[in-house]
Amino acid sequence: MRRSDLGEFEEVVLLAVAALSPKAYSVVIAEELEQETGNSVSTGAVHAALQRLEQKGYVSSFLGEATAERGGRRKRLFTVTALGGRILQEVRAVRNRLWERIDSHLLLDWQ
Amino acid sequence: MQPEKPTFGEPPKWITWVIERLCAPHLREEVLGDLHERYALQVAQWGETKARRRYWREVVAYMRPSILARETSEYSTPTNTDMLRNYLKIAFRTLVKNKGYSFINIGGLAVGMAVAMLIGLWIYDELSYEKSFPNYDRIAQVMQHQTANGEVFTGPSIPIPLANELRTTYGYDRTGGPFKYILLSSWTEGHTLSFGEKKLWKTGNYIEPEAPEMLSLTMRRGTRAALREPYSIMINESVATALFGSGNPMGKIIKIDNQIAVKVAGVYADLPYNTRFSNLDYLVPWQVNVAVRDWVKNSQEKWDNNSFQIFVQLAEHADMAAVSAKIKDAKQRHINASLANSKPEIFLQAMSRWHLYSEFKDGVNTGGRIQFVWLFGIIGAFVLLLACINFMNLSTARSEKRAKEVGIRKAIGSVRSQLISQFFSESFLVVYLAFCIALLLSQFALPFFNEVAEKQMTFPWAVSEFWLCSIGFTLFTGLVAGSYPALYLSSFQSVKILKGTFKVGRFAAVPRQVLVVVQFTVSVALIIGTIIVFRQIQFAKDRPIGYSRNGLLYVQTTTPDIHNHLDAFRNDLLASGAVTEIAESESPLTGVWNVNSGFDWDGKAPDQSPDFAVVGVSHGFGKTVGWQFKEGRDFSKNFGTDSMGMVLNEAAVKFMGLKDPIGKTIREGDLRYKIIGVIDDMVMESPYEPARQTLFYLGNFASNFINIRISPGISASEAVSKIGAVFQKYDPASPFNYKFADQEYARKFAAEENIGTLASFFATLAIFISCLGLFGLASFVAEQRTKEIGVRKVLGASVFSLWGLLSKDFVLLVIIAFGIATPIAWYYLDSWLQKYEYRTELSWWVFAASGAGALLVTLLTVSFQSVKAALMDPVKSLRSE
Repeated sequence: MRRSDLGEFEEVVLLAVAALSPKAYSVVIAEELEQETGNSVSTGAVHAALQRLEQKGYVSSFLGEATAERGGRRKRLFTVTALGGRILQEVRAVRNRLWERIDSHLLLDWQ
Repeated sequence: MQPEKPTFGEPPKWITWVIERLCAPHLREEVLGDLHERYALQVAQWGETKARRRYWREVVAYMRPSILARETSEYSTPTNTDMLRNYLKIAFRTLVKNKGYSFINIGGLAVGMAVAMLIGLWIYDELSYEKSFPNYDRIAQVMQHQTANGEVFTGPSIPIPLANELRTTYGYDRTGGPFKYILLSSWTEGHTLSFGEKKLWKTGNYIEPEAPEMLSLTMRRGTRAALREPYSIMINESVATALFGSGNPMGKIIKIDNQIAVKVAGVYADLPYNTRFSNLDYLVPWQVNVAVRDWVKNSQEKWDNNSFQIFVQLAEHADMAAVSAKIKDAKQRHINASLANSKPEIFLQAMSRWHLYSEFKDGVNTGGRIQFVWLFGIIGAFVLLLACINFMNLSTARSEKRAKEVGIRKAIGSVRSQLISQFFSESFLVVYLAFCIALLLSQFALPFFNEVAEKQMTFPWAVSEFWLCSIGFTLFTGLVAGSYPALYLSSFQSVKILKGTFKVGRFAAVPRQVLVVVQFTVSVALIIGTIIVFRQIQFAKDRPIGYSRNGLLYVQTTTPDIHNHLDAFRNDLLASGAVTEIAESESPLTGVWNVNSGFDWDGKAPDQSPDFAVVGVSHGFGKTVGWQFKEGRDFSKNFGTDSMGMVLNEAAVKFMGLKDPIGKTIREGDLRYKIIGVIDDMVMESPYEPARQTLFYLGNFASNFINIRISPGISASEAVSKIGAVFQKYDPASPFNYKFADQEYARKFAAEENIGTLASFFATLAIFISCLGLFGLASFVAEQRTKEIGVRKVLGASVFSLWGLLSKDFVLLVIIAFGIATPIAWYYLDSWLQKYEYRTELSWWVFAASGAGALLVTLLTVSFQSVKAALMDPVKSLRSE
């Protein structure tokens, strides 16, 4: 697996797109990540990550409807592509395997 | 769709505006939308103030190259590389098709650019002086203004106690004073350095031991502190190699003038040529100067002996101007009333100004070489401008030929910006080619240029600034040269051109004519200037100098050996047959080393204390140099009283207002001198200044100079070798270091002659470039009027009248240019000449000759084309219709 293709932030964004689909776009993703992580996340950073993900083919996008909050501008909505989904799965599998190998006593200690 | 009126705040409008401009079009909507929405959300959550603050962070987070990058478009833009290649191809074809024009264009520009490059190099070199010293912005020389006879004289000569005054009253930085170093120094003097059998004549200073530190000398051996040892010497690498070869010089004993033994304490790298200190071959501690020379020892407390120099380095925190103002009265406070008459004012001359701003008049800095830097800068700019004008003129002149091309391009959809880029790429191609040729030309001309300018410049190929400058310079030239054709040619209306109604208007040639006038104004002014500069030099050269300098040589001696055996030395020389007479003198023939005041005579105004040049000579001096007596006689051994006699020059007699000078008395303290002769003024100093009032007396001193008159029948080289042999016999310790009076005198003109030669070189190129342009224009006009000429010929016009028809426009332009150039040149040359006391007149014929010359050259240039056109077979030009 080519893990280098997916940075940590990109991975989180990709997951957020999957979670928020079909209404995933940069503002809600940023808001969501802020809530989940407690760190401030700018739409700019999310936007950049989405652009990169799209280049790599992990997400696809189309222009959605306009709203008043946006000053009458349309938003770009993202969905995870099949390739993106598979990458997510693989990442998850790697993590799971590693988690499973952790000594259970140690896990108890952490709790 | 129309959005509803928002109930929440809007983000700052101007930021939106900025992002709209910056952001790539295809991202604009989503980015702005995101920002807007986020802002709205944050206003709802945190209130407007905090939202605004956060908005900034949001905006900054977007500032990435990916936001700025435009999507590649399928439509070409004017700067698209494909089209650029096309433009260059067309430009290249145009160049090849019109070989004559291309040659004139590229050749003229290349010459202009080569001149500009050489001048740039020269200016760069001039500005580089002293910059090799790391502390150069904090080093200065202590100078003083002194008033005499209502005039302020400025110079670097300083009395010794001033150094102590600076040390005690103002102080060093470690005690809160402004100075880091205060260094007493002698002048840079020539002395003999000998080691064993080897002896060298080298120049160096007696200077205080911190000098190597102040000058940040690069030490090859020893440390910078080594000069603190008494009787030590630091030598540069060349001296070390010359005296010791590859051996180790450290600790070896060198003798100075065969008298003072000093130990080599350090070897430093030779200083570069572009500094005042370039001839600092050795350094000896100042204390040695005090210890071995009585007159220096006796001057330790003398405020009236201005025979020394002080160099200072300021502390980090000190400001040059402020310190300079503070030490103003440092001398005035300590001197008696009669000395105070001269109102000495002390100030600092910063090292950065030594080379370019060395001249003072009436206590005000009047520049110096910086004027030449400006002069050449202006000449270079003008020559380049002339070349650019050629380019513009030829391009616009050919506009009619290219009008059709422009028309068709426009008709099939070229927009103006594309045409502009096309013409600019053409001019850039020309300029680029010209630049390459100019590089070759200037590289080729550099050795010659170096010789004339007396420099050792090289092209800084490896310096990136040079290439940056060159690129900037090429772009600038391309823009200037290309702007007019690009903007003018592209403005044609295609409809008119293609319908055939396009006609270049009656006044279309006016800008072209104006440019030609500018060219010739510059050329004529340069020619006039060059002639005047040379006339001034020639005028000074032809000046009677009061002695006969041919076959006269002089030797500076540093040991008393010859003086002690002068008669035997003289007899040996006379016996050798190479010499007719010799005599000693205190000053060289081409300078005055001693200036005194304190003379008194009958009829002197009581409050005056004028300066006189005082030159001690030995018997036979008048005969040796060839004095011309107006009255009286030379010193003679037949009169014992001549030991208190004086020979005056005419200037002195005039200054003193003596009616019948012979036999009158001049008093100096208790001494009474009797005037025994008056000679024609002997020019020892500047050939442009009136001779100083000079008193010659019979000196009994350890001599400085031996003057030798060579026998007329003998060749100089033979005489020199014979004299050298005798010289070595009497003074074996010193090298035979002779100078010819005429050569030394000629050196006084070197600076002016250099400038003159360079200026004439550039003036010639300027007129050449102008004529090149004219040649192109004339050929264009002739070509344009081919049909008219044909018709006129058929109707019986003579070749001469056709020649007149074609030439008269250009002649008129040159006459106008002459009319403009004359007053300008007159004004500037007149103020230039005012600088010299001894100067030539601005005679009208110089102007007339320059005008006539320009006219002649113009006629020759234009005639070539107009006669060619006039001789053409009219059948050819008329057959087509």
